[in-house]
Amino acid sequence: MARFVFARLVQSLVALVILSVVVFVLARATGDPLHLILPMSASEEDYANARRYLGLDRPYVEQYVSFVGKALTGDFGTSLRARRPVGELIAQRLPNSLRLAAFAMTVSLLLAFPLGVLAAVWKDTGVDRTAQVIAVLGQSLPTFWVAIVLIEVVAGRLQWLPAGGIGGFTSYILPGFTLGWFVVAGMMRLLRSGMLEVLDSEYVKLARVKGVVESRVVWVHALKNALIPVVTFAGIYFSILVTTAIVVETVFAWPGLGRLAYEAISSRDFPVIQAVVLTTAAIVAVVNLSVDCVYAFIDPRIRYVR
Amino acid sequence: MSAETAGGAVAASLPAAPARPRAGARTRRLPLFALSVIGAFVLCALLANVLSPADPEEQSLRQRFTPPVWEERGTWKHVLGTDRLGRDLLSRIIWGSRVSLTAGVLTVLLASAFGAGVGLVAGYHGGRVDAALMRITDATMSFPVILLALILAVTIGPSFVNVVVAIAVVLWARYARVIRGQVLTLMELDFITQARIAGASAGRIILRHLLPNTFNTLMVLVTLQVGYVIIVEASLSFLGAGIPPPTPAWGSMISEGRDFITSAWWVSFFPGLAILLVVLAFNLLGDWLRDTLDPKLRQL
Repeated sequence: MARFVFARLVQSLVALVILSVVVFVLARATGDPLHLILPMSASEEDYANARRYLGLDRPYVEQYVSFVGKALTGDFGTSLRARRPVGELIAQRLPNSLRLAAFAMTVSLLLAFPLGVLAAVWKDTGVDRTAQVIAVLGQSLPTFWVAIVLIEVVAGRLQWLPAGGIGGFTSYILPGFTLGWFVVAGMMRLLRSGMLEVLDSEYVKLARVKGVVESRVVWVHALKNALIPVVTFAGIYFSILVTTAIVVETVFAWPGLGRLAYEAISSRDFPVIQAVVLTTAAIVAVVNLSVDCVYAFIDPRIRYVR
Repeated sequence: MSAETAGGAVAASLPAAPARPRAGARTRRLPLFALSVIGAFVLCALLANVLSPADPEEQSLRQRFTPPVWEERGTWKHVLGTDRLGRDLLSRIIWGSRVSLTAGVLTVLLASAFGAGVGLVAGYHGGRVDAALMRITDATMSFPVILLALILAVTIGPSFVNVVVAIAVVLWARYARVIRGQVLTLMELDFITQARIAGASAGRIILRHLLPNTFNTLMVLVTLQVGYVIIVEASLSFLGAGIPPPTPAWGSMISEGRDFITSAWWVSFFPGLAILLVVLAFNLLGDWLRDTLDPKLRQL
């Protein structure tokens, strides 16, 4: 187990290093950053001074090392637009994003579990078909469109919930629901197919023959094993959630990391984008790593397969 | 090779699809809804210049925000109404189908060709080659697509090619993983050993013996992912990092109509409906293909 965790840890680190190189190279490949910083009237000498001052005259490897060193301590430079340290902006926005993601994830789990299990138990009934429709729609509806329609109908015409911004509990409902739907869809389908397979297996039949109450057979005996594929995909769902959050936060004017990324793109604020991308990737990597460890823990086979 | 062979494989494998006894009657029926929706949009994409009633980029400020024909001020001239610049929505949606479908299909073909290649090589060679390739695959897989596309859009500038490349760069990993898994099981089978004994080269075994046996899986994955790519492309266009204006793209059309949703709901509503229909159709077709061709794939 320890070996497995170590191997995965190294792998996550390698992924992050590759990504940081990509970000670094792209930042340098797109022209002299000084053109963005210095005024139009700057002379050759100003450029040379600025280059020396910012360390841009040093070899690339050295620059990369110092870039990574600073990034590790949370120093991503200064935002070109807000004229504030990027680290500060991130620290301010990240908690809002995490709160929204946690809310959306809770909603998804609360919806996906009963729907997925019941759809399998009552296969080919109205419940199953409703669940399938919810799932297929969840995977086919463009999130940003759902968000716009919800804002117009629920917040605009019906005036039931706030249209955007962060506030009390009610402000979480619309963005959380929009964000969670896609995840609900995928998770529910996985649970349903997993349950169908497990409910057909010998050990479930044995439990029934032994006279275990049906609800216990379904929710304890069967669900335990049907969960394994869900855990495998949990990491992928999380990265989908992060991706979707950029769009959802933008539409709902949610002051999170996603909206920060959007604002940075529209104003070509490269230091901010770089920081958002690296922070997000680091979070995704940590989540993936924990998911894999949980997976290896609940399903011992995986530790040996590799 | 992949573009033609993959396309040919769809046509060839559809009628011959084996009827699975366990799959039940519902899955074996041809998904007519999905096929006709996809057919209709492909037609729109191919014949956009013939089918669209107006020039998608022609502006007419006097006719801005004309509602769809069934609303009070609607006219038959603009069946689905017009946008903020008085451009005909129906025409823009028809032209937009060209952008969305091309982006979807092109990206998926690119990603599947590369991913399948990596998967075949990794599975065939095993050992260190496999380990190295799979590490890279896993690293790629955990990376959120939109973020990469955003960096590319900001550094190189938004364009159709960038969108396709950015999505494909992340998407290939899924194919590599699945195909490699299949190749590993295939490698255990006798016919590969026999091909080896007969003196077939690595290239020949991969292309003539392994690749054809992964086609079913590839088809299922390709179909299921076209819808996903269309949504990602639309999200990027919506965020302003996708296909730049004035090219009609569904995502940017929704984004343009966003500020007028209360007064002119149709500007955002219809492009969204178009996305929903196409993606739904591809997902249903993909589900059907999976149930008939490769039931073991389940959730992919």
